Parts: sequence; structure tokens; C-alpha cells
Amino acid sequence: MENKFPKVKLDSLDNLWLQVSGTICNIECKHCFNNSSPVNHSFELMTLQQCKPYIDEAVKVGVKEFYFTGGEPFANKELLQILEYTLQFGPATILTNGMLIKENTAQMLHEISTNSIYTLEFRISLDGYTEEMNDNIRGKGVFKKAMNGIKLLYEHGFLPIITVTKTWEELEEEKVLNGFIETLKENGYERPRIKILPSLKIGQEALRARGYDKYEYVNEEMMKDYDVSQLICSNTRLVSSKGVHVCPILINYPDAKLGDNLESSFKEYELKHQACYTCYIFGAICSNFSSVGRDA
Amino acid sequence: MHKKIALFGGVYSNYIALEAVIKDVKNKNVEDIYCLGDLGAFGPHPNKIFPILLKNKIKTIQGNYDNSIGNNLDDCQCGYTDPRDNYFAKLSYDYTYKNTSEKFKAWMKELPSFLKFELGNYKVLLCHGSPRKTNEFLWETTTPTHFLEKLCNDYDADIICATHTGIHWHRELNNDKHFINVGVIGRPENDGNTFVGYTELEINDDKINIQYIPVEYDYKKFAEEMRKEKLPEEFVETIITGWWTTCLEVLPGKERIKGKY
Repeated sequence: MENKFPKVKLDSLDNLWLQVSGTICNIECKHCFNNSSPVNHSFELMTLQQCKPYIDEAVKVGVKEFYFTGGEPFANKELLQILEYTLQFGPATILTNGMLIKENTAQMLHEISTNSIYTLEFRISLDGYTEEMNDNIRGKGVFKKAMNGIKLLYEHGFLPIITVTKTWEELEEEKVLNGFIETLKENGYERPRIKILPSLKIGQEALRARGYDKYEYVNEEMMKDYDVSQLICSNTRLVSSKGVHVCPILINYPDAKLGDNLESSFKEYELKHQACYTCYIFGAICSNFSSVGRDA
Repeated sequence: MHKKIALFGGVYSNYIALEAVIKDVKNKNVEDIYCLGDLGAFGPHPNKIFPILLKNKIKTIQGNYDNSIGNNLDDCQCGYTDPRDNYFAKLSYDYTYKNTSEKFKAWMKELPSFLKFELGNYKVLLCHGSPRKTNEFLWETTTPTHFLEKLCNDYDADIICATHTGIHWHRELNNDKHFINVGVIGRPENDGNTFVGYTELEINDDKINIQYIPVEYDYKKFAEEMRKEKLPEEFVETIITGWWTTCLEVLPGKERIKGKY
């Protein structure tokens, strides 16, 4: 059984992800793929001192972009210092729910961004364009606080990317997208950017909707003529308080931890998980935009 | 030793701008003119580009668009995920594909994907997106200096020139190495100006001089021709106002905030 899964090697470390807030989050969403919550300490917060060696090592091998995730990155009190350090070397993206961003945070983020030649990007997750729809999945009161964070970022010179996990049918897509655009504009974000993400059927989402079907695995045959750069394990690693993992999605799987430093993680990875199937089908789901498109 | 070359990318079927750029270059004692690819898209009558490039002996490399059209692919390989961006990209691609002659397609298919030569003591590498991938976007605010230095090292180059993004920029790297995004001549740079531009690269006794040269052209005439061909009004707006209206998904935050949309 183990031998039939294709293996993917790291072509180049283009993206370094840092699990800066571990699995610690101020909210508890129904579809969270890594089960983050206020009480989940499976992965701990990372300090600036913990992040630095990884960032430095990544710079040496030519990393292109940095991503910060969790949990909720703003739950980490050292986040701003970590960002300031990172933005000397390259662009950074924060995946956040936006709720903890207050006026003074937004001001400091503006300063940090202005002092760098690189882009500081925010990705804020919403799961509905009405308070009712969103809070049903993400928790009571989340919508209003997230909207406030989005507005503050916009007022301080940022254009946050609103990420929406696809939980609707194809026919509804236009209606849903327009709903988001209108709501964001009404709430003071006049130039909304929206990115649709596929839902990952692991963690809480597997319990909420359904898990994967038996056949939903990647096999050798599927890799024929497939552009492997669509799979982030070919160009990405994630570091957490526990070491280096193959990608941001699989941190809860022991086999996805590849080493304690980046160099030891530069090895092949076997696509044995069903979440790999989602990544295979949708491609480049974790990046802001597939800055490297398909093979020419 | 004195040598001067001119470089541009992204013609996007804008033959009026192409003629204006060539006229400007010809007054300047330039040895060679290089086009870094993406000949079609966006504008009307793609076939008009081909004879102008040949007549003026413009050394051309293959962009992702040319690769797609030349190889009869289904799309432009820009990789958009946004439904609106995809709508306009498809419209533009289908129009260009339908209106490109077989002869032009065959020529595009055979274009090299990079060129390498020496200019004085500098080893110059020309590519479309990046040396490692034709459709890789190298924007000023998302491309780290150490990454560019690594590319110079990996590909044994002192000067790397690319285009693909639509906005020109230059960064000096360690040890007098350079990365230059030479810009595009097919549409303005999303800054509210209607002109386009090319890059002049001059080596003078091992001193390097890199200059971006803006060029005015008859954009009103071009807009009129786009309308006659029933190309989307969104594209025409970009030509007339200097603001990008579509395919914005690929822009990083710092580039995007400078635009109107």
C-alpha cells in the first residue's frame, strides 16, 4: 500500500511558512483543518528568537516569500517584531481572522510596511457575507470584529485579501461573490480582493461536512503530465514550535514533520494523505497567487 | 568600449506603440533592439506585429502568450483564479488566437525562451518572466534581493532582464549585478499615464547606465481600433486612462494600491 503513492521532491524553497501562533486561536471555527482553538496547545507560539534561524537559513537558500499562520498570528505578542525582521529580506503575508487588529496595531503595521521595499499582505478569512452566515461557522460576534479589522487595514493603506472557503454550490458562486463584495464595500472596504479556497476535509471540517471518499488519493498515474509546481510541497516548507513540516496543511500528521532544521527537511515527500488530493485537484491553494503559473 | 541596446516586452498587439518605440530607438544610436515576448493579447489585429518585428530585425524571445498561441494551447498561462480575470483573459486570448495567422503562429512557436550574450564585461541574460520559468512574475515588491542574486549565480549572469508583469523596475545587486524589468509597450503602467516605455542599456568603459524611456503614441487611434474590433470597453479604458481594469489578481498589495482598481 505505502509504495503506490507518488513522491515529490523540493525543487526550490520559494515559500517559508511560519506557524507563529501554533494552534492557539482566539476563536474556534467549525471547519478548522488544524483544530486551532483558545485551548489547543499542540503547537505553541513561536518567539522572534525561535523564528530567526529559520528565516536566516531560508534567505541563504534563496527563499522568495514568507507566510505567517496559526492559529491566530496576532495572538503572538512578538508578531510585529517578527514581521519587521522578516520584511528586511522579502515579502510577507499574514493569515489572520482580523479580529485582534486595533487602531494602534494598524498604525504600527503601516509603519513596518512603509519601512520595507517589500509587500506586507494580509489574508483575512470570512465564511459568509452576513453576520448570521459567518458567525454560524466562525462563532458569535466574529463578523463585526473581523469587519472592523478589515476596515482598519484599508484605512492604513493595505488591501487585505479576503479568503473564503468554498461551501456553496457552483450555481450560487456569482451571487455569493457579489454578496461579499457588497458587504465589504458597505463596511468601508471599497476595493475588496477576494480569494476562494477549497474546503479541506480534515480536522473539524471532516466532522462538520464529510470526510474524503475512499478513492480520493493521489496515485502515480495522476502525476503523468501534471505540473508538480502546483503542489506546494515542491516549493514550500513550514516551521512550527516542533520543527519543520512539509506543508501548512499536514502539521498534525507525524510523518509530515521532516526535520529540526530546514536543511534536514529538503527531502522527498510521499503524497499519502487525502488532503494531498485536494491540493492536487485545486493546486497552489495556500499561496496568495500562483506567482509561478503552470509549466510553459 | 561603448555599446547600447534597447529592450522592451509586452507588445500586446499594440502596433502603433511598437512603431513609435522603434522610431524613438532609431534616433539613438542603438545597436540592437530586443523584444522579451508577449506579442499578442489585449489589442486588435495581432498579425500587424509580425512584419514590423521582422522588418526592423528585432531579436525576439518567447513569452507565455506566444508559447500558448504557437502551441495551440487553451489559454494564456497567466494562471488566474479569479472568475472575472479569467473571463477577460479568455476573451482576449480567443480573439488573439482566432486572428493570428498560421505563419505567425509557427514563427512564435520556434522563438527561443531566453538569450544570452556579452555586453562589454557583462554577461547578459534575457528572459520573459524569470530565467527559471517563462510565466513567473517578478514584481518589485515581492522579489527579494537575495533571490535575484541567487538567480544571477545559478544562471551565470551579471544582468538579468525580464518583463511579464507590465511594470518596469531595476535593482542593483551585490558585485555590480543587476536585475531589470524592462517594462511593456502594449499598455500603460497602471499609473494614470497613457504613455508606454522601453529600457535602454548602455555600457561605457565598463560603466553601466540603465534608463527607462517613456514614449508617447497615438493611443486615441489605438482605442478607436479596439472599439471597431469590439474588444471590451474595459481594455479600451486602460489605454485611454492609464489605469488597469482587469487581470488585477496577480498584483501584489503595494503595486495594486497605486492603481485605481
